[in-house]
Amino acid sequence: MFRDAWLVTKKDLLIEIRSRIVINQIAPYTLLILVLFGFALDADTETLRDTGPGLFWVSTLLVAILAIQRSVDIETSDSAIDRLMLSGISPTSIYIGKTIGLYIQLIILEVMLFIVMVVLFDMSVESYPLIIASAILTTLAISSSGTLYGVIASGLGVRETLLPVLFLPVLAPAIIGATRAFGDAFGRVSSDGWAWLGLLSVIAIVYTLVGMLTYGNILEDT
Amino acid sequence: MQSTEKQEFTTSRGTRFMGISLLIGIPTLLIFAFLLSPADDNMDDAVRLIYVHVPMAIFAYVAIITTGIGSVFFLWKKSRWWDTVAHASAEIGLILCGLVLITGSIWGRPTWNTWWEWGDVRLVTTLVLFLMILGYLALRQVPANPEMRAKRASVVGIIAAVNIPIINRSVEWWENNTLHQKSSLTDGKLENLTLFTLFLGFIVVGISYLWLMTHRFRVGWMTTEIETAGIAELIEERLNEGNSTVVNSQPQQKDGTK
Repeated sequence: MFRDAWLVTKKDLLIEIRSRIVINQIAPYTLLILVLFGFALDADTETLRDTGPGLFWVSTLLVAILAIQRSVDIETSDSAIDRLMLSGISPTSIYIGKTIGLYIQLIILEVMLFIVMVVLFDMSVESYPLIIASAILTTLAISSSGTLYGVIASGLGVRETLLPVLFLPVLAPAIIGATRAFGDAFGRVSSDGWAWLGLLSVIAIVYTLVGMLTYGNILEDT
Repeated sequence: MQSTEKQEFTTSRGTRFMGISLLIGIPTLLIFAFLLSPADDNMDDAVRLIYVHVPMAIFAYVAIITTGIGSVFFLWKKSRWWDTVAHASAEIGLILCGLVLITGSIWGRPTWNTWWEWGDVRLVTTLVLFLMILGYLALRQVPANPEMRAKRASVVGIIAAVNIPIINRSVEWWENNTLHQKSSLTDGKLENLTLFTLFLGFIVVGISYLWLMTHRFRVGWMTTEIETAGIAELIEERLNEGNSTVVNSQPQQKDGTK
């Protein structure tokens, strides 16, 4: 199962490396969001530092929507999904493969976003392990639910408008946890950031399991 | 509810009974809430909102859990009955969530001196659930094959139900406190008439939920039947068109060969 999943991941990443949509279009959009936040918050560095953790995850979510749509587009254009299913790869493997592919792309975008945010907002990190652990878990929650919701919203002719309506509320608890953990890691809030990792783990595991169990049902009709 | 397959109306003896019970129950609740029950020492007259606010909140959760259960059974049994239950319950859940948010805000203004408080676990949880159910119903309204739509909505319904404890925990830890008072019911603070009025509220809101659920289920069932019949009719029409084209073209071919 994991071998097949890795094949799907490699396929998605190879397409991205060749088309460079993520690097050429989605990554600049990520940076643009951060700059706009700077303008919107009056370029007050202290305010930007305080709100930085939240802005980071809101930017990630907005970027994730584009990355999810791109991930679905790869399969729906030219009916590629039919060929993928005819290849004998199980829907669960396709789901895991696409989730890992999306996960890697989001992690790359988050690293870029993080560096730019630290520089532009002049932020200092107090705990790198907490940043890394919370980013790993939150990105898993985003990519596992995103892969599932991407296919739910596809093929209906209203994907661009329907996907955010379905996807964003589901991730509200993950964003609360991730923002608190990041806030602690940046020394901006007094809560215990490590305590949030338990909740983030539960969210990531639950969404991954629901995705693995239900993805096949939806894929049949795509 | 299963016997509604050939039914043309949404009314039955059961719904009439529930409707009449509500006609008696709602005025009785209003009389108890506004005239007979006393004002609270701390909350004053604002306590009267609790008689509808708390039962509606509980039944909003019941409605969303019912949607989750219906969605699981639909994916498992492939039964349209369960799908219609999930859909009907989600609509009522949305209305209840909306009313909980409105009554909560009205109650919050004199009690907390604010219309909205981000630090309150239950209000924020209800708001996130409200948005999730909005998404579920938005998906339900998309013009598409009913079965395909039902499958996708089921997954969204399951995630919404699974999310109830997750959202609640996350919001509770988020602020690590809540303005909401602890449950007066479990604390045993409510007594006599206040407690009776609250239970009456539970009964009235519970019957309202069942009454709306039954009617909405039957409307949903008939809507799907019409949709399915419409699609079947269109397919038959197309097949007939195809057959008539073949029949018409056959003599021409014969003529051509002569």
